[in-house]
Amino acid sequence: MSALRPDLQIIAENVTAGARVLDVGCGDGALMAALRDRAGVSARGLELNPTNVSAAVTRGLSVIQGDADTDLADYPSDSVDYAILSQTLQTTRAPHLVLEELLRIGRQAFVSFPNFAHWRIRLSLLTQGRMPVTRLLPESWYDTPNIHHVSIDDFRDLIASRGWTCDGEWFLSGGKPTARGMANLLAEHAVFLLRR
Amino acid sequence: MASASAPLLDERFGLDRRITLLGPLPLDCGAALAPVQIAYETYGALNADKSNAILICHALTGDQYVASTHPITGKPGWWQRLVGEGKPVDPARDFIICANVIGSCMGSSGPATVNPATGEPWGMDFPVLSIADMVRAQALLLDYLGIPVLSAVIGGSMGGMQAISWPVLYPDRVRAALVIASTARHSAQNIAFHEVGRQAIMADPRWRKGAYYADGDVPASGLAVARMAAHITYLSEAGLTEKFGRRLQDRSGQGASQDCSGSGFGFDADFQIQSYLRHQGISFVDRFDANSYLYITRAMDYFDLAEPYDGVLANAFMGTKTRFCLISFDTDWLYPTAESRRIVHALNAAGAEVSFVELSSPFGHDAFLLDCPEMNRIVDGFLRAGANP
Repeated sequence: MSALRPDLQIIAENVTAGARVLDVGCGDGALMAALRDRAGVSARGLELNPTNVSAAVTRGLSVIQGDADTDLADYPSDSVDYAILSQTLQTTRAPHLVLEELLRIGRQAFVSFPNFAHWRIRLSLLTQGRMPVTRLLPESWYDTPNIHHVSIDDFRDLIASRGWTCDGEWFLSGGKPTARGMANLLAEHAVFLLRR
Repeated sequence: MASASAPLLDERFGLDRRITLLGPLPLDCGAALAPVQIAYETYGALNADKSNAILICHALTGDQYVASTHPITGKPGWWQRLVGEGKPVDPARDFIICANVIGSCMGSSGPATVNPATGEPWGMDFPVLSIADMVRAQALLLDYLGIPVLSAVIGGSMGGMQAISWPVLYPDRVRAALVIASTARHSAQNIAFHEVGRQAIMADPRWRKGAYYADGDVPASGLAVARMAAHITYLSEAGLTEKFGRRLQDRSGQGASQDCSGSGFGFDADFQIQSYLRHQGISFVDRFDANSYLYITRAMDYFDLAEPYDGVLANAFMGTKTRFCLISFDTDWLYPTAESRRIVHALNAAGAEVSFVELSSPFGHDAFLLDCPEMNRIVDGFLRAGANP
């Protein structure tokens, strides 16, 4: 099996065995397959791209073609232990509402996103005066699916203003763990574990 | 394989089987059917723990010849793209059953079979059926075959209505349900198209209130028109345009005309789409009974899986342990994607294990019967996932 993306690896290591999981924006099901292969994890997925859905179902995973912005309302409250949103938050039309839905459906929610305040992005904007195109955000401004860029500090503000609890946070730079201190400047990627 | 299977000479298993079961089979309309004749085929061998049985459910005008030559048309089985050696449903691995639905005309009890009370064909005295009645007859057949639990039930279109009904009616007898290009209820539009077909049959003077069996002078024109109207609903507008456009029929033998100057300005089949539809209608009457068409379309019209659950579809699936997979096609306007999504939403609300994908195809509703490698991959992945829980 190919190695998981680093943020997915963090999530996979922190999902307890036997848990029920909903992976929103599950892609081709890489994380779900990894979770399934750990004993007792029951994973479901929601994915917008039909080619990805086909790939995931072909792997034997339970995945529904649908849109995080509109279709989460169909899931009952408290129906899973973890709702997961990896690298999808910044593509939704209403990220705060999607997060509300995640925390309604799951007892806890893992959320991972690329940090738009990473120093390389800041430097790129400062020196070149153009929307940054980076390894984690490779598309041009006009064709990017990432319509709601967010920094780690922005996300912390949202958590505080909504009254959610943060049960864990992990930061990555170059695919490797990096320190909490100055994460908003030094981390390319963040993973949060939230609860209502 | 063979050494671990049921006795090879068991007459219950094989091609072109017919069995008369005593019944009675209580029907939704309040009547009971007895005896119950069922024509079916099986492929492959039932394994020792009887865990590899897959039931294939056919559509409105389908039959039990899912993967063997049709005895009347001589055409290959109607779902050989999905069922057969090396296919997602493989007799080398699976024990496959396909039965003619009751009400139909390929050997199972229907209006053309004999009413034991009169010794004459039932005609319109045959009891009105429901999709659930068809499923209950299939369950009777499984009892006879000695199959306690299905590894999977698979169906497209009306076959999908049966497949989605199976876990509702028999929650402990089916581990997985695969529902393709189908719906949990007939819409007003669906009923309307069927009504056109039924009225075409009933308006044919040869129909004679269904009592046409004695002299064999069948309402062929009415049935052909019914088939023509229905056939339009199986295709997409884009597919029809691509296949026929406004092209004219070659009636002179001089090559097809490209414009109206070559037409006869009359009511013959000038356009290619006309002759195609007429051919569909005429060839259909050779293999199908008009009264069966009335009964089966009626069963489909009455179909609404949520009705016994106060209209709440999710309640039909509460507590289900069956795995579900639904597939729709983007150009299917007979049972559009929204109908599959409605089922998916209900299954989600019931906490069921469910997959769903909308596939892209230019062929409309009929896409599920045509070559679709992506559908085959999904079916294969879904079925294999059940083999390794």
